[in-house]
Amino acid sequence: METTVNNPGATRRDKLRVTSSLQTPDKVNVRRLRRSYRQIRTENAFRKTLIIMALAIFVLVVGIMITLIVQSIPSMKLLGVKYLWGKVWDPVQDIYGAYPFLLGTLLTSFLALIISVPFSFAVAIVLGEYYPRGWFSNLLKNVVELIAAIPSVIYGFWGLFVLVPIVRNFELKIGVQPMGVGIFTSSVILSIMVIPYAASMGREMIRMVPSPLKEGAYSLGATRWEVIRSIIMPYTKSGLFAGVLLSLGRALGETMAVTMVIGNTSLIPKNIFSPGNTMASVIANEFTEAASPVYLSALIELGLVLFLVTVVINMIGKRIIKRFTNE
Amino acid sequence: MGPRIKLRIGKSTVFKTLVILFASACVIPLLAILGYIIKEGITKINWSFFVNVPKPVGEAGGGIANALVGSFIIVGVAAIMAIPVGILSGIYLSENKTSKLAYWSRLSVDILQGVPSIVIGIVVYFWIVKPIGSFSAISGSVALAIMMLPIIVRSTEETLKLLPDTLKEAALALGMPYHRMILKVILPCGIGGILSGVMLSVARIAGETAPLLFTAFGNPYLSTNITKPMHSLPLLIFNYATSPYDDWHNLAWGASLILLLWVLLLNIITKLTTRKWNIQL
Amino acid sequence: MKLLKNITIAGLVVAICGAMTLQSCNGGGSAATNDSTKTEDNTILGAGSSFDNPLFSKMFAEYNKTTGLKVNYQSVGSGAGILQLTNKTVDFGASDAPMNAKQDSATNGTAVLHIPVTAGAVVLTYNLADVKDTLKITPNVLAEIFLGTIKKWNDAKIAADNKGVKLPNIEIVVVHRSDGSGTSNIFTTYLSKVSKDWETKVGKGSAVNWPAGQGGKGNEGVAGIVKQTPGAIGYVELAYAVQNNMAFAKMQNKAGNFIVPSVATTSASANVQLPADSKISLTNTDAADGYPISGFSWVLIYKEQKYGDRSIDKATKMLKLLQWVIHDGQQYSSALNYAPLPDAAVKVADDILKSATYDGKPVLQ
Repeated sequence: METTVNNPGATRRDKLRVTSSLQTPDKVNVRRLRRSYRQIRTENAFRKTLIIMALAIFVLVVGIMITLIVQSIPSMKLLGVKYLWGKVWDPVQDIYGAYPFLLGTLLTSFLALIISVPFSFAVAIVLGEYYPRGWFSNLLKNVVELIAAIPSVIYGFWGLFVLVPIVRNFELKIGVQPMGVGIFTSSVILSIMVIPYAASMGREMIRMVPSPLKEGAYSLGATRWEVIRSIIMPYTKSGLFAGVLLSLGRALGETMAVTMVIGNTSLIPKNIFSPGNTMASVIANEFTEAASPVYLSALIELGLVLFLVTVVINMIGKRIIKRFTNE
Repeated sequence: MGPRIKLRIGKSTVFKTLVILFASACVIPLLAILGYIIKEGITKINWSFFVNVPKPVGEAGGGIANALVGSFIIVGVAAIMAIPVGILSGIYLSENKTSKLAYWSRLSVDILQGVPSIVIGIVVYFWIVKPIGSFSAISGSVALAIMMLPIIVRSTEETLKLLPDTLKEAALALGMPYHRMILKVILPCGIGGILSGVMLSVARIAGETAPLLFTAFGNPYLSTNITKPMHSLPLLIFNYATSPYDDWHNLAWGASLILLLWVLLLNIITKLTTRKWNIQL
Repeated sequence: MKLLKNITIAGLVVAICGAMTLQSCNGGGSAATNDSTKTEDNTILGAGSSFDNPLFSKMFAEYNKTTGLKVNYQSVGSGAGILQLTNKTVDFGASDAPMNAKQDSATNGTAVLHIPVTAGAVVLTYNLADVKDTLKITPNVLAEIFLGTIKKWNDAKIAADNKGVKLPNIEIVVVHRSDGSGTSNIFTTYLSKVSKDWETKVGKGSAVNWPAGQGGKGNEGVAGIVKQTPGAIGYVELAYAVQNNMAFAKMQNKAGNFIVPSVATTSASANVQLPADSKISLTNTDAADGYPISGFSWVLIYKEQKYGDRSIDKATKMLKLLQWVIHDGQQYSSALNYAPLPDAAVKVADDILKSATYDGKPVLQ
């Protein structure tokens, strides 16, 4: 079956040759023949189009990678690898170190994960195990989908006007500099934004646990909690981890919401309430104005790093999920 | 025995309550955001909001017509570019499950899905804005189209995979050429799923800001020329939200509400169609 | 039909993919843009200084009413204006900092004209709800605040200049620019002139490595943060502070007087003899009634207007616009708290504008 679908064109052409040689070529048949050939030509063109399209996507990704690499060569040459852990970002003196942004990115992303994981796993467990259907599950599913649908600039806008004053009051209470914006605020915004990724992935994974396993445990007298802890959790461990990785990928690359509430300073953040910058936010802030070639190139190199990191994280996540679903 | 079982059941109940509590807590930020945007936005929307362009800095009044029109054009052009490429690649992937090109192409789609939007902005700046020598709406559309592609490809592939092979075999057995089989039999059968993918992708990119910063750039006038800079809703929200002007904040709240409604509407339509087609994206 | 459409689109995609391999070629402007410039193209694209934005948006809106020319000015920051002019992606840039040697070299020897268009004051705006009086700030205190060594509003050094003002015991939140900014350049140039510490630790420039505080994008961003953050202090163009009813400080100038930033005090600082290329800094003025942190703002254009696929029509339209800006456009300055160009400056600006050429021939007579 696979072969007929894969190249019916070839078989049809053969068939055509056979039939046409059997018949006497009268006028009607010539016309029909011509039409057949035309159809074969369009058919081949169609196949080629399909291939070109599939190729185009591949070329696109390679192109993105090449562009980023080519454009960041000047900074790679000039600054070397130590660029990545240089602690100072000072365009005036032409000193470029990515460490503050790497740190800012890691801090915001991981903090966001820590905040969001309990919530997203809770959603996954409720949807996957406790209430697979019914009004509560529908409500929760819709909530998660809506959270994913809201544009990030709206998260940023809301964060700036609602969350920032709340955080500022909180900072006043605990006695740190009351800026309101900073790593912590961005983490909170991010943690809301990434809930859907880990939650929906976790739900799929929990759904996939074979029911004989669970039923066996129940029949041995296990409670719900015991089933979740000793059957579902071990079984879905890698899947849940993959979901968290996808969340992380999203958090690392998020730009607008973070740019609006992180405080935009190139200093190394002192604590989680300090303002900072992530790789994405520094690009958003400075890309259109990096006047010297090295400056621009340094920013693009940041983009390249960001690209590579998110790609690797996403690929690992996808691999795990694939292996999981194939099992 | 008695107390031990009680303890275990108690543990289970405590865990269940905790899980439900945490899960329900997710509703709070959503309601807070939706509620706040609606509350702030609804009062700012009036006729002049839709038909005027922004006034000079610091002057009251004005509207967001330029951003509204710009957003539709940029997203529309992006869709025109991404839909054929996405659907055709999706067809290729579903038809050629094991070829080498399919492997690399599928990998590329996976990669593309994870690329941060800001990176796509940078790349498109170097591909289009710099060589042509002007910021333009079309460059913004290209950036958004790149972001749409993986979603469309994926949804097409997944939808077509669900269709039974007998359908194809029947069409081919009747002597239908390959392209007509795809275009007249397979696509119409899967159109619901594909459309929902398209709509979802539009919903995803309608609110994208980061790639537009370096491409579409913005424009205080109403412009329909796609080779020139153009404004868009997310750009306007970003610029106005961070400004000190109350008037601009008002415009931004109104714009946020419009953007939110647009995106949510697309999502709801997508949901209805996916439910009908039972597709998982 | 459907197939044909698909094939053309496929071609388009391939073309785009092909274009990226030739990314860095500058002259490769496409035919499409050529056509659109020849048919009536009534738009000019400018980008840069957010310092100028309130004035520019007013001026260009007025100019649009009389001539129909649409000037799209994007307030992206002076650094961005210079870079986009260098990349030839905009028709004119605007900056409050003249281009430095490094930026000059990036244009590959093509001369860039600096046309002064206005003068403005960079004011220290702060958010202290309970302080009704206008604060007085001395240069040293200012430097220490922005260096992060003065941390509280009721610090003795601030109190010393503001006797009788009840200063709150809250932390100072310093707000600076996150983008490359001519406003920052004016501000840091001033600080470098008045504070040795600042000069050695931070220096001057459009985007310095700020020792304290948080960043906002554009004058808009800084003003936005200050307005929202109790205890914040930031520097913005006077217009932003006035339009948003924000408090701003009196600065002590070189002569020792505390000066309220205003059109008059900025004009006093701007009343200098400009050099022929008009690149001059007004900070730390000698004028007894001059506001010390002020500066000119320039529009930047290429001296030779024939580049890429620009038509003479477009070059003429733009130069006429700029001529209008330095003459008739100045009437809108005062109302927006910018200092109108002094007559001497207008004359210099006019001469510079007339030196612009198209294909070697002067455009304006």
